[in-house]
Amino acid sequence: MSQLVFDIAHLLAGGMVLVSFMLLYQARMYGLLKVFALHAFVLALSVAWEAWTQDAPHLYITAGIALIVKAGIIPLALHRIVRRLNIHRTVETVVGIGPTMLLGMALVALSMVLMLRVTGDADPLAREDLAFALSIVLLGLLMMVTRRNAVSQVIGFMSLENGLILAATGAKGMPLVVEISVAFSVLVAFIVIGIFLFRIRERFDTVELDVLERFRGDRA
Amino acid sequence: MSGLPFNPIGAILTVPLVASAMLAILPGYRATARLNVAATFITLLAALGLLVSRPEGGRLLVIDDLNIVFIVLNTFVGFTTSVFSASYIAHELDTGHLTPLYVRFYHAMYQVLMFAMNLALMANNIGLMWVAVEMATLTTVLMVGIYRTHEALEAAWKYFILGSVGIALALFGTILVYVAAQPVIGEGLDAMAWTNLIAHVSAFDPSLLNLAFVFLLLGYGTKVGLAPVHAWLPDAHAEGPTPISAVLSGLLLNVALYAVLRFKMLMAANEHALAPGPLMVTMGLSSLIFAALMLYRRRDIKRLFAYSSIEHMGIIVFAFGVGGPLANFAGLLHMTMHSLTKSAIFFAVGHIAQIKGTQKLADIRGLTASHPVLGWGFLVGVVAISGLPPLGIFMSEFLVVTSTFAREPLLAVPLVAGLLLAFGALLLRLNGIAFGAPHGGNAPAQASYVPMVAHLALVLTAGVYLPGPLVAWFQNVAAALG
Repeated sequence: MSQLVFDIAHLLAGGMVLVSFMLLYQARMYGLLKVFALHAFVLALSVAWEAWTQDAPHLYITAGIALIVKAGIIPLALHRIVRRLNIHRTVETVVGIGPTMLLGMALVALSMVLMLRVTGDADPLAREDLAFALSIVLLGLLMMVTRRNAVSQVIGFMSLENGLILAATGAKGMPLVVEISVAFSVLVAFIVIGIFLFRIRERFDTVELDVLERFRGDRA
Repeated sequence: MSGLPFNPIGAILTVPLVASAMLAILPGYRATARLNVAATFITLLAALGLLVSRPEGGRLLVIDDLNIVFIVLNTFVGFTTSVFSASYIAHELDTGHLTPLYVRFYHAMYQVLMFAMNLALMANNIGLMWVAVEMATLTTVLMVGIYRTHEALEAAWKYFILGSVGIALALFGTILVYVAAQPVIGEGLDAMAWTNLIAHVSAFDPSLLNLAFVFLLLGYGTKVGLAPVHAWLPDAHAEGPTPISAVLSGLLLNVALYAVLRFKMLMAANEHALAPGPLMVTMGLSSLIFAALMLYRRRDIKRLFAYSSIEHMGIIVFAFGVGGPLANFAGLLHMTMHSLTKSAIFFAVGHIAQIKGTQKLADIRGLTASHPVLGWGFLVGVVAISGLPPLGIFMSEFLVVTSTFAREPLLAVPLVAGLLLAFGALLLRLNGIAFGAPHGGNAPAQASYVPMVAHLALVLTAGVYLPGPLVAWFQNVAAALG
């Protein structure tokens, strides 16, 4: 029984690392959003599994937030923003896909070596979850560094954040997990709004608002 | 709980929250600016109440010698900045930089920021502390972007992304501390309470703690503005409203520093864990030298002093990294002096930028001739921040240098080199700004100089004479910091 519990937890956490890699090689914005929704969905499954095995009902709330907000609302909202602002369908990368994937593998190897060595005495489930979580965090950082576009940077940040939630739920009985995930969702919502304003403003600066401001200046 | 008719902890947290709600609703800026000042003043009184009677904290909040220093400083500068902000915002409204709606938003956010910082300082729970720091970050992001210019939004975005990454790393470190604590203390809230952690830390797994500290130092270090993760700081200071620059430099950096110090104490209490000192010394020194070099090429007055903040946070982190009673004492004193001086400078800079209508250094000339009070006040502030006697920063920098000589003589060489570099850069700029023929815009200053003068007077007094009880208090804290 307990072996199966472990295996499923590993499968889900490992699945998240895999989806993080998928995020790294997406060349199109819509594809990126879909893969991110998948990332959040696997996170929700993983958290729900932890909730069941740890017998911690409050984690179901965290899983629910991941499912509804991260796998649903945010990708949809970003989808709308991308469509409305007509951002180029291709994702601009700073480093090519190949080197990025190699770097990503190196980062995963690094986090495995680091975490498994450091956390020798900790609870094995928490320990391996932490190793996966650190890989996801580092891959998220890598994605933020290698993308120029604001939307894909935000996706990188949100995948990083999914890794943190995985780590927090893996640590047995960690309090405030719900609060932290709520706080993080607020943060993400702010980012989404931020992009919206940022992009809108950028557009207005070059096109519409320019006209608007001059118009107001004439009247004053 | 003797002697006071109210609970200071409750007042420090509830007054800003209630004020924030009221400020969000009430229209008209004159009354609301006064309300803002009144609220910060009541919070300051409540914080001073902590000196008289120290209530029991409980599971979520804690009051000890260390954080009282931070809380009193925080509420004091919060109060004086609100006084400065009242006159500053009036000018911004007159010139149409801000609309009444944004002013309302600004005031509400100011109080939320005060609440979040006080909560972070009083939190007994490392998770709660993290949430409070995140909240403070979000509110300052919103305030940095308040002018809605292209540059302001870009600065806010940069601050947002870098701050969030920093804060995410800090959360990972916090989780690792919990993982280390959980086998010893048990599951649940208790294993995140600061008082429990410090009591049992000697039994924690040292390698987990080491890893946690690296993440925490990088994460909260981003918020302190340590090189190489400081990139958000100059932009955020330059593009936001000046009162926010004063609060960022004078207070928010301290709050993040406080978090670093708390975890440093944890590390120091576990014999087998990595010594946190060398890491902090390295980051501190590199920030100091990097910022000192960057000071030379600045064209924007607010950016100049933002880099100076990086420099001083570097000195402070360096001092705490060197450790020992004397260096810790010097670090605490330097932190206090830097907060007071830097916010005074930003008060002056705010008025200067309003008078001249620009932040470009090249367009600001001969202030002592055209605006004597402002010019000389600014001069005293810059003299203080560059570490000349007889002002307070001279004394604290002197103590940092001597304690470094006593413990690690070799480290004193780069430290002194960095200090001299920064000193040269600031005096070079000061000459142009303060003296020479007046140049640039020459609007009359409709400002209140009281906050600036009050801060500078305190810094001067501290440079000449430090009251005995204060010295005893700081020595006490310095000894506890290890």
